[in-house]
Amino acid sequence: MPGNVLTLSRAGGAPARSVVATGMLLPFGVLYALFLVLPSLYALVMSFFQTSLVRPGLSDFAGLDNYRQVLTSGDFWASVGHTVLFTVLTTPPLVAIALLLALLADRLRHGRWVYRLVFFAPYVLPSTVVFLIFSWMYTPGIGLIDGYLARVGGGPISWLTDPRLAMAAVVLMTVWWTLGFNFVLYLAGLQDIPRELYDAAEVDGARRWHQIWSITVPLLGRTTTLVAVLQVIASLKVFDQIYLLLGGGPNYATRPAIEYIYDVGFTSYRVGYASAVAVVFFLIVLAISAVWFRIVRRQEREA
Amino acid sequence: MAVIERTQQAAAPARAGADWATRLFDLACIAVVTVLALVWIVPLAWAVDTSIKPEAATTVLPTTWFSATYTLDAYWQVLSGSAIAHWYVNSAITSALITVSTVLFASMAGYALSRVPFRGRGVVLWVILAGIMVPGQILIVPLFLEVDALHLVNTYWAVILPQVATPIAVFIFKQFFDGIPRELEDAARIDGASWFRVYRSVWLPLARPAVSAVAIFAFVWSWNNFLWPLVTVTSTSMMTIPVGLGTVQGAYGIHYAEVMGSAVLGGLPLLLVFLLFQRQIVAGIATTGLK
Repeated sequence: MPGNVLTLSRAGGAPARSVVATGMLLPFGVLYALFLVLPSLYALVMSFFQTSLVRPGLSDFAGLDNYRQVLTSGDFWASVGHTVLFTVLTTPPLVAIALLLALLADRLRHGRWVYRLVFFAPYVLPSTVVFLIFSWMYTPGIGLIDGYLARVGGGPISWLTDPRLAMAAVVLMTVWWTLGFNFVLYLAGLQDIPRELYDAAEVDGARRWHQIWSITVPLLGRTTTLVAVLQVIASLKVFDQIYLLLGGGPNYATRPAIEYIYDVGFTSYRVGYASAVAVVFFLIVLAISAVWFRIVRRQEREA
Repeated sequence: MAVIERTQQAAAPARAGADWATRLFDLACIAVVTVLALVWIVPLAWAVDTSIKPEAATTVLPTTWFSATYTLDAYWQVLSGSAIAHWYVNSAITSALITVSTVLFASMAGYALSRVPFRGRGVVLWVILAGIMVPGQILIVPLFLEVDALHLVNTYWAVILPQVATPIAVFIFKQFFDGIPRELEDAARIDGASWFRVYRSVWLPLARPAVSAVAIFAFVWSWNNFLWPLVTVTSTSMMTIPVGLGTVQGAYGIHYAEVMGSAVLGGLPLLLVFLLFQRQIVAGIATTGLK
């Protein structure tokens, strides 16, 4: 019972306080040190060794060899390219459609929760469930999408075996799956806008759409910053959807960076090299996020 | 919720005076958002529809929503023929333990960082904030080696422990505690209660919004986590729902009704959680911007 240790603090002195702090921090601290700090440091160390999954120990020192290989690996840069492409393709629709839907739903006087339910529900589903449903809808010939296409004389289309269509298919599935999160953030942002601003604008005879465009959207600037930054960070971590729906294929044409780490680590057993990949990818994500954050913030301030 | 009601009341007089043009505009907006909402329902409706068709009716051309007969056969097949019952149990146990430990440990740590002035607090805080920057996905390789060295591969421990070490939860609690006025604490401490008792009887109850936000997200994330259990679980009977469902497509071949039946069964618990806690989930996202 930690309470026994912590009652020492009744005196309120500095040493007692650090005993309290230690006691309160200990459970989380131990797990954090063991399962976040330690693996991070171990990855950093391994990235300088030829460590293999099937040999014990760190194995031979490799110096910067792993990093040289990562930076010159076509497969690595291709996977980073797919991750960035996925991010570039998912971020605009996930921000813009969420904003549009929130603005539209904001016109409702009653029953807004129904729309929130409908748009947000997919977000709570496991990626695997979303994958099972969409891979059935994408099935050439007999799937729902080709079914509708056939009615207007189109199709059948092999959605998942053509590299370009495959990426589009993953993007569409992701938009359906995760849009609700941004939608809810925008709905919350809309509630913080004082309604008196609208009334004033109405007196001026400003038209509704103009009012929305010139008052509401700029006032949502902070929300847009938040949504855009969170979206880019989330999209850069993509793995589940592409791994499940396409296995990174066809022929590695969509494999994202996280899946490259998974493949070189667990399929080729090159965990030293995989660690170097993880370090480099981490720095890339950090750099992209930092630059993106500055761009979005500047836009917000100018708006 | 209170905010919505207040703004709606404030808006009422203005709306009453709105002319026909603006009303028409509102109607058009509602029409568009309704059509989109119907589109959004299609994948889920199609999954349910497929799952209650007889297997032979799922591949009829031209594609149709209707079938001469409906049946729950696919569900019985899934429940009796796959390890889905195991997966439910595994997911429930691991998610429940992750949720409870995360709330407990992170709130204690957040309390110490916010309310107990001890030496080295700045350094500890910095180390925890730095951890937020590290996406868990890139740590799968060293984490697996570590869990392997501890002989924990293919156990609940391996699934649970790394998922409790989420620094963002500590940060949320710290932020929340920072926003509570000091007087409350002084009042409690005059009684001579220990720090731990003050934390448990004063701060934790006060932190209900933070507790519900962290609890719900810890639950949804751990239930839906795919990559880590995929790496660390090796036997079918130890799989969680997301990992197990990833194997059913190949197992059932072209049995679409059964595949959709398992998709519906896999999504159901989370949809129920969402229906029950819709308000808390939405409030949690709005206040923390968690993702």
